[in-house]
Amino acid sequence: MTREPTVAEQSHPNYVKVWGVLVALLAVSVVGPMFEIKLVTLVTAFGVAILKAYLVARNFMHLHIERRYVTYLLVGMVALMLLLFAGVAPDVMKHEGHQWKNEAAQKVVRDAAPAAKVH
Amino acid sequence: MKPIATTRSATGIPTGRLAVWWVMASEIVIFGGLLAAYVMHRLGHPEWSNQAIHTNTWLGALNTLVLLTSSLFAVLAHQAAEHGEGRKAARLLLATAGGALVFLVVKSFEWSHEIAAGYTLTSNTFWSFYYTAAGLHAVHVIAGLVIMLVVAADAAKNRELQRVELIGLYWHFVDIVWIFLFPLLYIAK
Repeated sequence: MTREPTVAEQSHPNYVKVWGVLVALLAVSVVGPMFEIKLVTLVTAFGVAILKAYLVARNFMHLHIERRYVTYLLVGMVALMLLLFAGVAPDVMKHEGHQWKNEAAQKVVRDAAPAAKVH
Repeated sequence: MKPIATTRSATGIPTGRLAVWWVMASEIVIFGGLLAAYVMHRLGHPEWSNQAIHTNTWLGALNTLVLLTSSLFAVLAHQAAEHGEGRKAARLLLATAGGALVFLVVKSFEWSHEIAAGYTLTSNTFWSFYYTAAGLHAVHVIAGLVIMLVVAADAAKNRELQRVELIGLYWHFVDIVWIFLFPLLYIAK
């Protein structure tokens, strides 16, 4: 039986150029948060991380020329992660609700407040 | 006789590569669950920023650069393997393995300083997440390093060159996980 062609055999981008873009994005993600503006930090640190991951997946892992169901498989797993987050996060992020109170978490936040002022 | 992972392609993807994609799918759930738990706790506990300011952004950035560069070597090794250049692929895989080694050395240096300063796995929930997430990632780096050396040894003799792509895919995934760990653990102060 003949060997299946590897996905990258069909298309080779300039890998060094892609690496250069990734390094430039890394610089952006380090410098951006130095301005200490919340929106700039969110975009440069986390937005750029998503872009970097996309570039690696597309160009180095050749996901754009891989069979489509592989992308669906990976995206499906990310969706499961988001489902977990949506289901659990409200109980973790909030420390009280209509008929409940997470006193331990409230105490931790309260006790740490004076220390936060020091910084 | 060649292994079935090399010769069989019932799904349109060689079985070996399909197996690597499935490994990655399960890894997304493992790392994704951990990171989702970290993010929700971080958002619920603003006081964690008192701890996060002690992580070293520059060392985190250096390790990101190291992993990005090692990913470049991995994909160039893949390209060389496709052209049947086993020795070149092996050399590039060794360079990738060198990147893994540098990453682990930097991490050891970083951790030893943090532990000496009193920031340990049990000192605070932030540090528990920090050591668990970075530690789980480091275990993957070590596993990749070992597999890469085995694949490189075969590639140098022009044997099993299809495996160069497979270890490359795994390595890029390890790189992507770090791309998300870096802002979560080092930049969000």
